[in-house]
Amino acid sequence: MSSIYEEFSNIPESSMNEIKELTKGMDQSSRKKVLKRVSEEYEKAKINPGEAIGIITAESFGEPGTQMILRVFHFAGVAEMSLTLGLTRLIELFDARKSPSTPLTKIYLKHGYKTDVDKVKAIAASIKETKLKDISDEFSFNLTQFRIEVLLNKKEMKELKITETHVVNVLKESLKDLDVKDDNGTLRIKPKEKDSLSGLYKLKEKLKYAAIKGVKGVEQVTPVKQENEYIIYCTTDNLKDIFKVEGVDETKTTTNNPFVIADLLGIEAARKIIIDEAVEVIKNQGLDIDIRHIMFLADVMTNTGVIKGITRTGITSEKESVLARASFETPIKHIVNASLIGEVDNLNSVIENVMLNQPVPLGTGLPDLVATMKEDAVKGKKK
Amino acid sequence: MFDVYLNEKFVGNVENIDGFVKDVKEKRRTSKFHPDMSIYHNEEFNEVYINTTKGRSIRLLVRVEDGKSLMTKECVDKLVNNEITWDSLIKEGILEYLDASEEENALVALDENELTKDHTHMEISSIAILGLLLSLIPYSNYGSSSRLIRGNKIQKQSLGLYSSNFHSRMDTDVSILHYPQRPLVKSFMHDVLNYDKHPAGQNVVIAIMSYKGYNMEDAIVVNKGSVQRGFARSTFFRPYLTEEMRYSGGLVDEISIPDKEVKGYKSETDYRLLEDDGIVYTGAKVNQEDVIIGKTSPPRFLGELEEFSVAASTRRETSTTVKYGENGIVDTIIITENEDGNKIVQVKMRDNRIAEIGDKFASRHGQKGVIGMLVPHEDMPFTASGITPDLIFSPHGIPSRMTISHLLEALAGKVSALKGLQVDSTTFDVYPEEKLRDELEKFGFKDNGTEIMYNGITGERYEVRIFVGNMYYLKLEHMVANKLHARAYGRIQLLTRQPVEGRGKGGGLRLGEMEKDCFIAHGASLLLKERFDSDRTVLPISEKSGLVAIHDIRKNKSTCPLYGENVEVNNVEISYAFKLLLDELKALCIYPKLELKSKY
Repeated sequence: MSSIYEEFSNIPESSMNEIKELTKGMDQSSRKKVLKRVSEEYEKAKINPGEAIGIITAESFGEPGTQMILRVFHFAGVAEMSLTLGLTRLIELFDARKSPSTPLTKIYLKHGYKTDVDKVKAIAASIKETKLKDISDEFSFNLTQFRIEVLLNKKEMKELKITETHVVNVLKESLKDLDVKDDNGTLRIKPKEKDSLSGLYKLKEKLKYAAIKGVKGVEQVTPVKQENEYIIYCTTDNLKDIFKVEGVDETKTTTNNPFVIADLLGIEAARKIIIDEAVEVIKNQGLDIDIRHIMFLADVMTNTGVIKGITRTGITSEKESVLARASFETPIKHIVNASLIGEVDNLNSVIENVMLNQPVPLGTGLPDLVATMKEDAVKGKKK
Repeated sequence: MFDVYLNEKFVGNVENIDGFVKDVKEKRRTSKFHPDMSIYHNEEFNEVYINTTKGRSIRLLVRVEDGKSLMTKECVDKLVNNEITWDSLIKEGILEYLDASEEENALVALDENELTKDHTHMEISSIAILGLLLSLIPYSNYGSSSRLIRGNKIQKQSLGLYSSNFHSRMDTDVSILHYPQRPLVKSFMHDVLNYDKHPAGQNVVIAIMSYKGYNMEDAIVVNKGSVQRGFARSTFFRPYLTEEMRYSGGLVDEISIPDKEVKGYKSETDYRLLEDDGIVYTGAKVNQEDVIIGKTSPPRFLGELEEFSVAASTRRETSTTVKYGENGIVDTIIITENEDGNKIVQVKMRDNRIAEIGDKFASRHGQKGVIGMLVPHEDMPFTASGITPDLIFSPHGIPSRMTISHLLEALAGKVSALKGLQVDSTTFDVYPEEKLRDELEKFGFKDNGTEIMYNGITGERYEVRIFVGNMYYLKLEHMVANKLHARAYGRIQLLTRQPVEGRGKGGGLRLGEMEKDCFIAHGASLLLKERFDSDRTVLPISEKSGLVAIHDIRKNKSTCPLYGENVEVNNVEISYAFKLLLDELKALCIYPKLELKSKY
């Protein structure tokens, strides 16, 4: 029974399982026919050796890229939450910028949370970062005592469920060397070591932005209802801290920064994010680029285990040939470095051969004549 | 206290800003201040700006008070009867000049019907909001603005009678249209401009239909019979100029037939058209690269003098030749002197241009296109009354561009041709469409301008009625004869040995970076190599040093620049540009060593 499948070992496992399912109840000969046909089609769909996939991918992006609108914003459900899309985002993605211009995290919630409006709201409120200036009315200096006095807004604090003792404890913990006291709604903050006046002023600015509650860097939080469940959008890529929040479904929650994903979930996940983000941009522009081109790009960017952009410092710097590297931005740097260490260029790739006007090793230029010649025949020819 | 600025400089403060502005304006209106001066009250910052500088564009408007124009019928009558002058109206404050900043404080009405109590000014005529060329477009209030702007631009490129003394002028790159006509559909502006004295187009019968696909993508099909009868013929003029320069040391240029000893002497046939004075004769038929003014110049560096004994042989050939790709007949020759007292020779060449496939034409509505096909008169479709259109315009050009004015012109043109009168279609004051339809019906035509037509080749009747009308068409200055270019071999650059660039020099057409990528994407490796073979060179490479060796053809011996003779040298075929790169690396003290390996 299994022998018939072994005969067509080129068919991938998933397809094979599908065929097995579909051909149930067929007799052996017609099943073989099906397998033969699938095997043939599979071979046909394979890319031929010597196909210039890199250039074809570049052209597949380049042509629709000319029709792209430069900078587009997309609103994720709510108007105040905008997301850069369009060519800018695509460039940002493929250049592998460390942080996106509009970071966004899509928080999915666990069972028991995702349909409960009150619980969702509570989680959203706990995620949003609250700074000291958000819950206080006034920052003033008391120069006689050499301290800063902060008048807290009790109404605001009540709404956000923050107590004075919490504020004091958080401040003591986050800003060291401070003497923080609460005096009936007024914080008296004094540096333990006596500082200059400008130091005190700097401390005041620092205090204004001291985090009291929530996840660091989260400025906006918006819960959105999507098909019977609530999803929380927030403008951050601080996934690490969000995972710590209770009720967050770590298996589904994502962010649009592949670097964060690579750190937290591994390079394969980062590759997936690059693909998803690129597909999203292209779809949004009403364009159609085959996903395999995008997958190929993502593979090239991630195959070393770290994310490398398609830039002169990224994957292009890893080209073997000096001439190929020199032909793409900063040629002097590459030629100088190559000459210092006496680099050898074996002219194995495309661009070097174009420069020398030799047939490029692609397509019809790839196959070589292989023939064993007698030693003296070769010598005789040279003479 | 409000700040007052005079010509962007702070001059002082005023207490009552509105009173101050009003006062200044009043003084200007009563000629106490110059009418060019402007005053602008910035209401946002409560500052007053007074400007008297030059370079501000100012506009003349009629003043309005209490919703009534100060330009009364009385005034107009007096003006018509020459009792008062335009200037006196400005002096009296009936008309007023506003600059861009003062316009901010004004509310300008388009015409008298629009006036309200709030208005401060009114346009002299509603057409004044349009520019000169835009007001020449008939029915432009029925067109879309983007197309009108294009129509505007196109009119500047049209050929016509640009100047009646063109014979004695030496303008570069000009053409004169043969048999220019007054437009059947004109606007008020045509009269103002004396357009009848210098028209720039011709009236043609157009049919809006498709013709075998030869008018797709904005192309037009033109009746060959019309062209043979003189439609869209023009003469192209090209002047050439040479100056007999004087140099230091008493050396001078000489306009004459160059001596055979001269450096860079062409050939006797090249100079065949020159008369004894070294200049061509009028009426000579000249082709590209023919010499039309023979000239020799002294050597560029004095040092060259000593090398040769014969003085003539050191002179350089600097004759003027007909430009690449051009030919024609010598029209005018002018010999004169310039302000430095140097002799100047100007030769004007003329070329008759008959409309051909690729020449650009346009109507006045931004509807431009090139001739896609010239159809013999007998093959053109004809109407029931026997009219054959001069031009067939594609219907696909209409819906997306919404140039209704184009269609209305054709309709009005038809009425005009039937009536024998020009139709006035001044913007905002057009001859109404209903009237056009009524009149067409009276002449026995369908009121929508369509007619029954027959296929010119088979004689069959077309199932649909076809829109036929008369339009004013412009021949534009972009003619294929000035643009056509192809090259197989020719001049190359000295440095890279690649073909030179540009049509004027007979250059190549570059196969660029993206085209290269296309060849690679197709895997057409050897085709790519062949395309880039323009600077192919065979270099002897020394095996030992990896450098380019020196090959002596006479002795058939190669020498390595590092190890001398008796080294193994092999020939390698590469692009010259790469050899140049190697040389430049050597100049940077980098040793590019080529390691040769047998391919097989």
